[in-house]
Amino acid sequence: MRKVGVIGAGMTLFRRRLQETGKEMCFEATKMALDSAGLTRADIDMVVNGTAPDAFDGVHMKGEYLLDGCGGYRKPYTRVFTGGGTGVFSSIAGWWHVASGLADAVLVVNEEKMSSCQPHPQSVFAHIWDPILDRPLRPNLVWIFAMEMNRYMHVHGVKKEDIARVAVKNKRNAVGHPCAQLADPKITVDDVLNSEVMAWPVQRLDISPPSDGASAIVLASEDFIRRRKIKDRAWMSGVGWCIDSTMWTDRDLYFPEYVARAAQTAYKRAKISDPRREIDFAEPYDPFDYKELHHLEGLLLAKKGEAPILTREGVTERDGDLPVCPSGGLMGVGNPIAATMGQKIGELFWQLTNQAGKRQIPHEVHTGVAQAWGDLMPLWW
Amino acid sequence: MTQRITKWPGVELSAADLNEGKVTQTRFRPNAKYAWSAGEAMSRFLAELQNGRLIARTCRSCKRILFPPRMFCEVCFRPTDEWTYIQDTGTIETFSISYLDTDAKRIPDPILVGVVSLDGASPKMGMMHYFGDMTKDEIRIGMRVKAVWKPWEERRGSVLDIRHFGPLRKDAK
Ligand SMILES: [Zn+2]
Repeated sequence: MRKVGVIGAGMTLFRRRLQETGKEMCFEATKMALDSAGLTRADIDMVVNGTAPDAFDGVHMKGEYLLDGCGGYRKPYTRVFTGGGTGVFSSIAGWWHVASGLADAVLVVNEEKMSSCQPHPQSVFAHIWDPILDRPLRPNLVWIFAMEMNRYMHVHGVKKEDIARVAVKNKRNAVGHPCAQLADPKITVDDVLNSEVMAWPVQRLDISPPSDGASAIVLASEDFIRRRKIKDRAWMSGVGWCIDSTMWTDRDLYFPEYVARAAQTAYKRAKISDPRREIDFAEPYDPFDYKELHHLEGLLLAKKGEAPILTREGVTERDGDLPVCPSGGLMGVGNPIAATMGQKIGELFWQLTNQAGKRQIPHEVHTGVAQAWGDLMPLWW
Repeated sequence: MTQRITKWPGVELSAADLNEGKVTQTRFRPNAKYAWSAGEAMSRFLAELQNGRLIARTCRSCKRILFPPRMFCEVCFRPTDEWTYIQDTGTIETFSISYLDTDAKRIPDPILVGVVSLDGASPKMGMMHYFGDMTKDEIRIGMRVKAVWKPWEERRGSVLDIRHFGPLRKDAK
């Protein structure tokens, strides 16, 4: 396998509703990523697109619909889709294009335009459930998170205050992010605890709401990076992905075993034996505040039930020992599902190349981990 | 990024921009309809629901009693072996008190919903369903529950043949 580096990144604003079409958003993010790498479309061998359910945009086969905006014209082009996991998984697909030797330079472009779906994208989330077992109960997607959060809280005796701290941290971290939809420098734990109850234990400020946005990265081989004398690069030293059973009512929801397996694969590839000591910061997937904690434990960066304690002690603050979601995450920057690659892989690149501006972690960092999760209960890394 | 970039792309629209027709839009309402074949395992499962019973499949290889029933074991990756009835009693594994309906509309009276693991199936195996005959203050993880079935003539071969799971009273067996 060849060594692969991230050499450019770009993203649009994340907003409840953007005027641009999906294609136009992709073009903007892609152009920004190419510019930041000092490349043009002619330098790109292959293109990967990541985007979540077609039903949001209302365009079936939307990978094809978006391809011109992704720089895919007359190139080998693939769309990958793993639900919310697409936010990181499309970069893994880009990685294998380069690591295998098939391509020297690859664009990865992720897009989501959830505002097109009326009156609320929640109505198409109804179509992800099993048609026989689940759908007659008319489930709402938030139920899944509420049930998982409740189980997690129950098993470890976690208090809602400690979960709310994640929302506060990430919305404050996002203040330094130029694309953020949900930054709030003044938010407090009480604001989260007093927000409207949606599906207990989930309250309004525990959730990252729907959004429009696009993000893009450029990946290249070590040889290409050396030849072009590219200075700003972050190496992808390990990747892993894993999925659980679709029989989600058959397992204990308190711990994401699939994340642990994906993480172990990635750590092994990256020759990391003690992740807590060797990893300097993390961008776990945080569509809900408790999910950051759940995923930190899955990533083996905290013991089971320990993530809320680390959060309470300030370890996961930007200036803490293990900064978590220094970008502001989904909770602070926004959640246009696949496009959250901008806060995950994009943020790793910006932090590791010292380009994160106001969000830069104040101490030196060398190794970061990003993770996303998607589909009914399963996940990726 | 970030120091070098001064303009971040994207033009934000407000709800008013849309409602007042300030932006050009085009609309479409899809008309897609589906009729799913329930398949082997679920057809039997649904027929048994109409009889007021819950049925599972066994796997001789991993010794699990699989619920919801399935025709192949995803762990051993072989066909499952036999049908077996399980009980309609179980334990609440987790739950939510939902003030959102399926379309994310707010509802004043919350829905109690969660996962119940069923007696007679392998540990932790169960299904999602509603909970009833209890208040939002009474529901808790670990609570023992029993299916409350619709009357026979109202059953349709659906998970909704169970109205909800209600508290299991000790005197009722
Ligand atoms: Zn088996």
